[in-house]
Amino acid sequence: MNERVLMTGNEACGEAAIRAGCRFFYAYPITPQNELLEYMAYRLPEVKGIFIQSESELAAISVVYGTAAAGKRVITASSSCGVALMQEGISYLAASRLPCVIVNISRAGPGLGRIAPSQSDYRQMTKGGGNGDYHIIVFGPASVQEMADLTYLAFDVADRYRNPVAILADGMLGQMMEPLVLPMWRKLKDLPPKPWAVTGAKDRERNLILAAPYTDEELIDINEELAKKYYSIEAEEERWETIFMGDAELVVVAFGISSRIALEAIECARNEGIKVGMIRPISLWPFPKKPFKNQVDNVRAYLVIEMNNGQMIEDVLLIRPRNIPVYHFGKGGGWIPTPKYVYEKIVRLWRNIS
Amino acid sequence: MQTFTRPNSMSMENIPYCPGCGHGIALRLIGEAIDDLDIIKKVIGIAPVGCAVRSWRLFKFDMTQAAHGRSPAVATGLKRSLPDKIIFTYQGDGDSAAIGLAELLHAALRCEKFSVFMINNAIYGATGGQLAPTTLIGQPTTSYPSGRDPRVMGYPINMSEIIAKISRNAYVARVAINSIRNIMEAKKVVIKALKTQQRQLGFSFVEILSPCPTGWNMKPLDSLKWIEEKMIPEYPLGEYAVPDSLHN
Amino acid sequence: MDIKYITTKISIAHELCKGCGYCCSVCPKQIILLSNDYNDNGHHYAIINNPEECLGCKFCAIMCPEIAIKIELAD
Repeated sequence: MNERVLMTGNEACGEAAIRAGCRFFYAYPITPQNELLEYMAYRLPEVKGIFIQSESELAAISVVYGTAAAGKRVITASSSCGVALMQEGISYLAASRLPCVIVNISRAGPGLGRIAPSQSDYRQMTKGGGNGDYHIIVFGPASVQEMADLTYLAFDVADRYRNPVAILADGMLGQMMEPLVLPMWRKLKDLPPKPWAVTGAKDRERNLILAAPYTDEELIDINEELAKKYYSIEAEEERWETIFMGDAELVVVAFGISSRIALEAIECARNEGIKVGMIRPISLWPFPKKPFKNQVDNVRAYLVIEMNNGQMIEDVLLIRPRNIPVYHFGKGGGWIPTPKYVYEKIVRLWRNIS
Repeated sequence: MQTFTRPNSMSMENIPYCPGCGHGIALRLIGEAIDDLDIIKKVIGIAPVGCAVRSWRLFKFDMTQAAHGRSPAVATGLKRSLPDKIIFTYQGDGDSAAIGLAELLHAALRCEKFSVFMINNAIYGATGGQLAPTTLIGQPTTSYPSGRDPRVMGYPINMSEIIAKISRNAYVARVAINSIRNIMEAKKVVIKALKTQQRQLGFSFVEILSPCPTGWNMKPLDSLKWIEEKMIPEYPLGEYAVPDSLHN
Repeated sequence: MDIKYITTKISIAHELCKGCGYCCSVCPKQIILLSNDYNDNGHHYAIINNPEECLGCKFCAIMCPEIAIKIELAD
């Protein structure tokens, strides 16, 4: 039976990971991820899992590499500047085709920044921070329920494609409390088998998990295989939500917590007769192109609302049909919009484009 | 009929190192130990960055690579999720004492139950001969051609002494592979390290003084002499820590 | 009392040898030396001068970084 509980986003993420069959968590504390680390610290021993507080994020992502190489479901979490330290490891995980889940409860940057929530890691997560031609799949939850659902889903997607999957959340999602329905327990024996894992070569040929092949030709081949994989992920794994898009002429594009704030403003604006709708990307990589392709011809402007100086807007500019103008509303550094602020912006923009 | 030949746990690949390089000897000792302890079906090795990166070709058991310096972290991830398997890392002096120093020390502090084999050849071989944390005072390298000057780069690091000090119930030893006697002693030590892991007693660490004729700009036979005359006085051989219940 | 005699057969893989000279230096009977000939990799490979003098001590094989020396001991 599905349980309905009240939890913070951080806790929901952790509990969902455990229910998805993950028994290993390695991380270094960093605000605003701390509650997720602490939740796993007390919850994992209850399910006979392993929790290690690593000496740094540099180390944590490599401990993840080891457990992923052993064929087990594994998760780590950090925030912004800590995730930056993991980028080398993420590139290695992608190169070695290892599944794992990486949670970024982002804070304001750049540099050490401060601990207010922000969406300034969109580019770091979706455009890659590590070296080489690779992608990680990125999901952007917008509620505590989605923190659970998308984390739970991330393990399946990671296993299906043998690729790291990231959850891009922020301090507000991590620490706010909402009711949610927890996902069903996966039995460990029902998890997909991983015949490629290094588990001790008994009764089989030996396995290798390599981040560096022996020849240049092999590396070129691997890059081609990875590229094919990424094309198929782009074709199959776009996820999004559309609201009021049936007659929208002004389209708000927002992900994560910004979309929750924007939704309230949009509902007020619609009451005033403003034909505004929203495309909410849920997969940030692959960025959902289909809702933009399928939109009605009436669309006259996009308003990208994000808590940064302009990151997701680059993707919107890339894939918008025709030269529909794209406006940006947002600031980095820990700035958080209010619904009233967003409403005023929508009204002003609507007047300009009418 | 007894035959001395390539151990069963090693593949038929040619040894891909320079003439006189110690890797071929050290890796063979590990292969022999795995044969002697009959653990080939349980072993997972980690080959990190450096000349060690291609050592995976020489073995017939499961192996993985690791980011530079992070093999103790990868080993932690493997050992904690597969506690009954035998996990070892094979790291150079840069991997263990420079970029990976934190990961190695913390694995030792946590008393992780895997084995680290550190090849100390006092130089960075794979990148062409730069200074290593274990480079000796006065020893020329491509990054400090007039020799290591303590006023600029401090003094060499003694890893075995440090690990012995910080890791409880660990097996820590330093050996050399520059002579028959030293190689035979090294083999016994490698077996003891793996036995420490088999009996789940604690961390095991073996520092192996190894020749790098190319990096040192010496003929191979001179490099064996250099280990005897210059390295061993700086890095004394011996067991620095033996766990309580490790007999024979 | 029966005295057991062990026959030693020592073989060196010329193509694996890189001419480092370790085997030559550790042989107690000094019967290994580097040939004047080259192998395909351009190294002077090790050869056994008087194989009948081999003691079967295996020092050469233990010292060889290429695992190029095989020693067979038969009764």
